[in-house]
Amino acid sequence: MDFILSLITFLPLLGAAIITLFVQGSDKQASENAKRVSLVTSLFVFFLSIFLLSQFDTRESGFQFLEEFLWLGFFNYKLGVDGLSMSLLVLTASIMPIVFLSSWGVNKRVKEFLIAFLILETLMIGVFVSLDLFLFYVFFEAGLIPMFLIIGIWGGKDRVFASFKFFLYTLLGSILMLIAMIVMWDLSGTTDITKLLEFNFDYKPIYVMGIYLPAGIQSLLWLAFFASFAVKLPMFPLHTWLPDAHVQAPTAGSVVLAAILLKMGGYGFLRFSVPMFYEASLYFQNFVFFISIIAIVYTSLIALAQTDMKKLIAYSSVAHMGFVTIGIFSFNQQGLDGAVFQMISHGFISAGLFLVVGVIYDRTGSREISSFGGLINAMPSYAFVFMIFTLGNIGLPGTSGFVGEFLTLLGLFKENSAYAVIATIGVILSACYALYLYKRMMFGELVKESLKRISDVSIREKLCLYPLVILVILLGLYPNIALNVFSPTLNILIEGLE
Amino acid sequence: MIEAIRFILPELFIILFTLSFLMIAVFSNGKALIEYSNNISSLSLIVAALILIYGQATTTEPVMGGYYSSNDFTSFFKGLILILSALILHLSDDYLKKNNLQVFEFPILINFSIVGMMITISANDLLSLYIGIEMQALSLYILASFSRDNAKSTEAGLKYFILGSLSSGLLLYGISLVYGTTGSTQFDLIYETIMYTDTLLGLQVGMVFIISSIAFKFSAFPFHMWTPDVYEGAPTPVTAFMAIVPKLAIGAMFAKVLFDVFGGVAHNWQLILVFLSGGSMIIGAFGAIAQTNIKRMLAFSSIGHVGFALMGLAAVSPEGLSGFIIYLFLYSIMMVGIFAFIINMEKDGVLVTDIYLLAQYSEKRSGVSFALALILFSLAGIPPLAGFICKLYVFMAIINSGMIYLAVVGAIASVVGAFYYLRVVYIIYFMDREAKLDGRMPFTHLCILFVASVAIVIGTYNLLGVEPLTRAAAQSLIY
Repeated sequence: MDFILSLITFLPLLGAAIITLFVQGSDKQASENAKRVSLVTSLFVFFLSIFLLSQFDTRESGFQFLEEFLWLGFFNYKLGVDGLSMSLLVLTASIMPIVFLSSWGVNKRVKEFLIAFLILETLMIGVFVSLDLFLFYVFFEAGLIPMFLIIGIWGGKDRVFASFKFFLYTLLGSILMLIAMIVMWDLSGTTDITKLLEFNFDYKPIYVMGIYLPAGIQSLLWLAFFASFAVKLPMFPLHTWLPDAHVQAPTAGSVVLAAILLKMGGYGFLRFSVPMFYEASLYFQNFVFFISIIAIVYTSLIALAQTDMKKLIAYSSVAHMGFVTIGIFSFNQQGLDGAVFQMISHGFISAGLFLVVGVIYDRTGSREISSFGGLINAMPSYAFVFMIFTLGNIGLPGTSGFVGEFLTLLGLFKENSAYAVIATIGVILSACYALYLYKRMMFGELVKESLKRISDVSIREKLCLYPLVILVILLGLYPNIALNVFSPTLNILIEGLE
Repeated sequence: MIEAIRFILPELFIILFTLSFLMIAVFSNGKALIEYSNNISSLSLIVAALILIYGQATTTEPVMGGYYSSNDFTSFFKGLILILSALILHLSDDYLKKNNLQVFEFPILINFSIVGMMITISANDLLSLYIGIEMQALSLYILASFSRDNAKSTEAGLKYFILGSLSSGLLLYGISLVYGTTGSTQFDLIYETIMYTDTLLGLQVGMVFIISSIAFKFSAFPFHMWTPDVYEGAPTPVTAFMAIVPKLAIGAMFAKVLFDVFGGVAHNWQLILVFLSGGSMIIGAFGAIAQTNIKRMLAFSSIGHVGFALMGLAAVSPEGLSGFIIYLFLYSIMMVGIFAFIINMEKDGVLVTDIYLLAQYSEKRSGVSFALALILFSLAGIPPLAGFICKLYVFMAIINSGMIYLAVVGAIASVVGAFYYLRVVYIIYFMDREAKLDGRMPFTHLCILFVASVAIVIGTYNLLGVEPLTRAAAQSLIY
């Protein structure tokens, strides 16, 4: 029980080690075994995380399940979870089994593929549970390596460009964050996040090279962290790597990218930028609102014009992440609740959408919207699943998408009603592009000869998709199951700000 | 005088061994001797390392009439140099045989240059320092042009010789200026003189000459011009040797000169170091982008790493010094691993250095490719590998000293640098070309590659236990 967080974090790594050491050869049987090992490992992690959730005391403030060891003198190995990281941990753990199940059809370098994903799982969980600045950085940054290889090796035609763009964009952001972290360590003398949350960083106005900084050193630190998280989230205008990476990544890679990796940006804002640099956050609040609104409206408009399904969903992800940032920076309970809820809901919905695209891509090898039409005649269950995710993406009441968007807009409205009105346009636009996509894909006559014999979703694909469908509807009808976990933590965070 | 021998035992052993080996090799005509000459001298270096660890006395005072010193700092670097050179000598064996360069002079020259480096590290007087530097440099000039029939190798040797002698001239001039103003050539005496006098113009000029000359040997910007050409032209084992061992020796000596001689006027040289460091990082990062020859690429990469390491010195603090030592240490481990691979790059029996020939190498040799990719990621400074930890150390030191701007330059340089390391990974893993390399790596070379890549993973956990050593070493420099 004392080491349960370490166990959850490093269990996938153990799975990767088992595949490396014990699954020999590259024939069909071996890859089948490797797939089983990875699925079982991720299921284990999932059940452990559920167990952890059941043991988690939502009323208690602060971090739980703490573990601490000395590492390299000046920074520690320290793990712990609060409501925020707990909910993202469960999100990660529940998406990964679906990822492994969905990649059953992979047949190129299967072992390496699974090992990369298992290592990635360890690193993603590590990001959410680490309570030391440098440990966080190590996990945050190391995730680039497996993702780079996943896009680069198993990706589409332009994978090289996409993988490099992904890597270098993210690296530039995070290395600036590293410098800010060292400065924080230099100022406060500690790298422990729990202690840093208590520490007051100086916000007396200063001049740096003749530029007036109203929030002092805080604004510099805030900007450095912003560089990293805004790339990761991604925010306009740093979002351009995302459509490239999504289009080129294999289905499983897209799912992980959209469902989990993007959430690290939002998590970072909530863990570092807002509580530690509150004065700077207040100062930059309008700026964040402004670019978030642009992201919501502008990328929605771009999404309308896309001809590639994956690209469309990628742009819609950017728009939805815009809601996350406006929620976070409205600094009130509704806004923060909505932001975290939106992250979780978007995790499930975008995972579902990318899986849905993967299903059709596996069958036809095409992602062009124009090459489909009338699929509802041949694939009724597929059409049903696609419908649920589309509605969730729009934010229809009754799906999880609605709760997140509604709460964030509420939070924004309290802060600044003019922005809220513009952001609402984004909701309408999302209905436009999502329904337009659905119409072009599903309705009409099935004219293409090649599509007439297409098979409906298989049992394996149903096993991937139905849990997500259930979650999307469940969270939409009864959001409290998620809200109860993280809302108290966010409440404490807000009280701490004043 | 006999007492003092305890302080120079390893040097004495190598000199005696090398001279007797030379005699035996000249007068006996045995083929077997030549066949095994590399491995024999490799063994002798291991023995010297053992003597160093178990037999050499250390003291904080200067020995041999003030010309020499032997303390934790020197022992750390000497031990590292001996072990790494033994590995490189062993690695070069196959290459030399394949290229008909197998002569007994090769290990002898290497040994002489190692003795030179050990003297450089231990020197406690500007004169013994000069002797040490010249001894290692003269051997390296010959080694660079060791492949006599190859135009590029000859060019490399000549270039290195001419520019090297220029820098030696600068060094001598600087020494004479420092001697002229302070009246001494012994480190501790100069240190004291400077402490109790106002700033002396002659000393400052002399110091700049000395620093420039050392920066030249260290291949730091703006004295880096020779590096790519010499690295490319020289035979690969020599490149490996030059990229690793002299870097350690000159680095150690650089730290020593800065802190032991000019420690009292740190404010005078700090900005020079910032300039050297920032420039080297930028040149290293941008220069390597266009390279397709892996040796040339590594030359720029080494310039970049020198810049990062110098960041530690520019911090002028014990943490910075210890970061500098850790950086050099981990850099040398990564480089040994990568050169263990490069020495064996072979296509149809011909040794090659074009990086595009690595295309799809991972299909054939997944283990080797993975180890190599780990080292490349580590060189790029991606956590959780050791290359990140050592960057973190120097970043922390420099920020602690209040020079955030240099850290920002370093950050940008490491993003640009990440690009060319990644490009090699990209070629190995996902370039759509047929695999061309067909050479097999000998077992011991594989071991060195794998041990290096495992070391950089484990290094994240405890820095291979060298952190206390580097602290002790840094302590013995700053008093």
